[in-house]
Amino acid sequence: MGVVIDQNKCIGCGSCMRICPGNLIRTNAEGKAYLKKERDCWSCTSCMKECPVKAIALVLSPEMGGRGAKFVISKKEKKICWTAYRDQEVIREIITDPEESNKY
Amino acid sequence: MERIIIESDVLIIGGGTAGCYAAITLGERTDLKVAVVEKADIRRSGCLAAGVNALNAYITKGHQPIDYVRYAAKDAEGIVREDLLLDICERLNHVTEDLESRGLTILKDENGEYVSRGWRNLKINGENIKPILAKEVRCQKNVSVYEHVNVTDLRYESDQVSGAYGFGIGDGIFYEFRAKAVLIATGGAAGMYRPNNPEKDPHQMWYCPFNTGAGYSMGILAGAEMTTFEMRFIALRCKDTIAPTGTIAQGIGAKQINAADEVYEEKYGLTTSERLWGTVSENLAGRGPCYLKTRGIDSAHEEDLYKAYLNMAPLQTLKWIDSEKNPSRYDVEIEGTEPYVTGGHTGSGYWIDRERATTLKGLFAAGDVAGGAPQKYVTGALAEGEIAAEGILRYLKDHGSVEKKSTALSRQAKEKKEEYETYLGQNGIFSAEQLEIRMQKLMDEYAGGIKTSYQYSEAGLKVAEEGIDDLLKEWKQISVTDIDELLAVYELRDRLVVSKVLIHHLRERKETRWHSFQENADHREKDTQYECYINSVYTGEGVRMLRRKLVKAGEE
Ligand code: SF4
Ligand code: SF4
Repeated sequence: MGVVIDQNKCIGCGSCMRICPGNLIRTNAEGKAYLKKERDCWSCTSCMKECPVKAIALVLSPEMGGRGAKFVISKKEKKICWTAYRDQEVIREIITDPEESNKY
Repeated sequence: MERIIIESDVLIIGGGTAGCYAAITLGERTDLKVAVVEKADIRRSGCLAAGVNALNAYITKGHQPIDYVRYAAKDAEGIVREDLLLDICERLNHVTEDLESRGLTILKDENGEYVSRGWRNLKINGENIKPILAKEVRCQKNVSVYEHVNVTDLRYESDQVSGAYGFGIGDGIFYEFRAKAVLIATGGAAGMYRPNNPEKDPHQMWYCPFNTGAGYSMGILAGAEMTTFEMRFIALRCKDTIAPTGTIAQGIGAKQINAADEVYEEKYGLTTSERLWGTVSENLAGRGPCYLKTRGIDSAHEEDLYKAYLNMAPLQTLKWIDSEKNPSRYDVEIEGTEPYVTGGHTGSGYWIDRERATTLKGLFAAGDVAGGAPQKYVTGALAEGEIAAEGILRYLKDHGSVEKKSTALSRQAKEKKEEYETYLGQNGIFSAEQLEIRMQKLMDEYAGGIKTSYQYSEAGLKVAEEGIDDLLKEWKQISVTDIDELLAVYELRDRLVVSKVLIHHLRERKETRWHSFQENADHREKDTQYECYINSVYTGEGVRMLRRKLVKAGEE
């Protein structure tokens, strides 16, 4: 499962397709991106970090205990803002800064 | 298929950590023509696509490179190439500082000194480590990068490797790469064994699932000598997400505990394989599940953990949030992964000399694909990329003669192109995915997978080998509908070839050298006869095994 692409938001720029380390994303006849090999996603989030319109979300599948929350990424200059939603509601927001190191 | 011939002085197969650093080294120090060929996009390909948050190999103040060599040797029960490790260790700090100067964030104290985690780890923010390396590769004027090209086989003539063959994943073009020297840096192999989440999420694994053992396989098929495949790597990871545990274990000092809250790690020993074996044994004894004890950490620590995982394995942070079982209130359950073959953690890989030359003339190896130097990790891969680049330069001084330019495809190239064309559009009974599942089941049940708590027996290996041999025949009759499936077919071939050689290695070591990593149920103890390297060469008919004497640091 890994990522889910919202085709209503997708503008067909092809960035996610180029970046995916597994070559898993392709475009359909309307030029919208889809995950061609759903089983093969590694959840590396590279595609999410490239998408200009926040069309891609990270989800934890039920097989791994997922209960429906998802992460969406937005970029604030160099920082990445990770917003977790359940249904439409924001349940958590975490900002990571490339200039701030892991403390562990 | 259309076709294209690319000529260069040096061909680098794989644009991961080692490959990129070798390209930067050759780019900055020479004006040789360098081609990097990569299956995906070098900004996010390979193991470090999602990032990394520690550099696990660094020589801190008060320590010497030889200390790290001794540590890695002990952890590997003596089966290491101390000579190769020492070369790497002498460069660990220089490559770290170099990467920092190129933009990597490393934690420092108020005096500007690196903050270490234990005596050999540094804390970093490596979410962007691949984009940093990729940018540096791209600014080298003499380096060309060919992305979304899958290399399947080496080009070799009169016992000399002189390039490689592959196909464009987007465009379906046949590529013939010709070069005077080739560096293989494709990473190790995952996906031979049935994984932790086999039903819907087989790729929620720790090692990069797109590292299919291509580099091993093309070398094996060309007759290169391989070493220590039997020292498999099995990681102890967070339950379900298979995210790394070092950040919790070393970072906040969380102990491994069983269901009764007892710290069990001392009982079994503290080497990498013993920590895993301890967890497996506690579960077998009915004392599981096992955990890392995080309960009681404060909310600031918890927030830092969330961030640390976002920069490396974001699914774990999502799991904490989604399940509402945060680490300050719930211990983090741990489990062992399926076995991988990867020379960045264990000794598995190409048998190489100190120049990083393989046994095939003109072919060099670095990073996870190169053997003999366990625990090289990220900085070790950088160091080895640099060492290999220097080795290639010395080699080219004597072997730099220019090949006669020809625009015609060589005979070998024609055969390879025809092979791809035959598969494309082939209508078989099975898909690559179906055969992959069969392979994983065989390896899991008969060659020491999760199912048998990593133990194997000779009788089981025999069943596994017969099954893998059948698959190697069936593989040629697979259904291939498009280029993406052609890629899947070669990924399957790579895993099958690695599995076959791995089975031979497991059988050859008639002892148990490393618990769980190589747990031979017919021979449960260590045996001094096996204080040697187990190596193999594929001859076209079968796998020939050989033993080599241990090499100590300072010996040639
Ligand atoms: S998360 Fe990674 S593996 Fe999955 S589709 Fe996106 S880029 Fe590909
Ligand atoms: S990056 Fe986003 S907008 Fe572009 S193709 Fe992918 S999903 Fe669509």
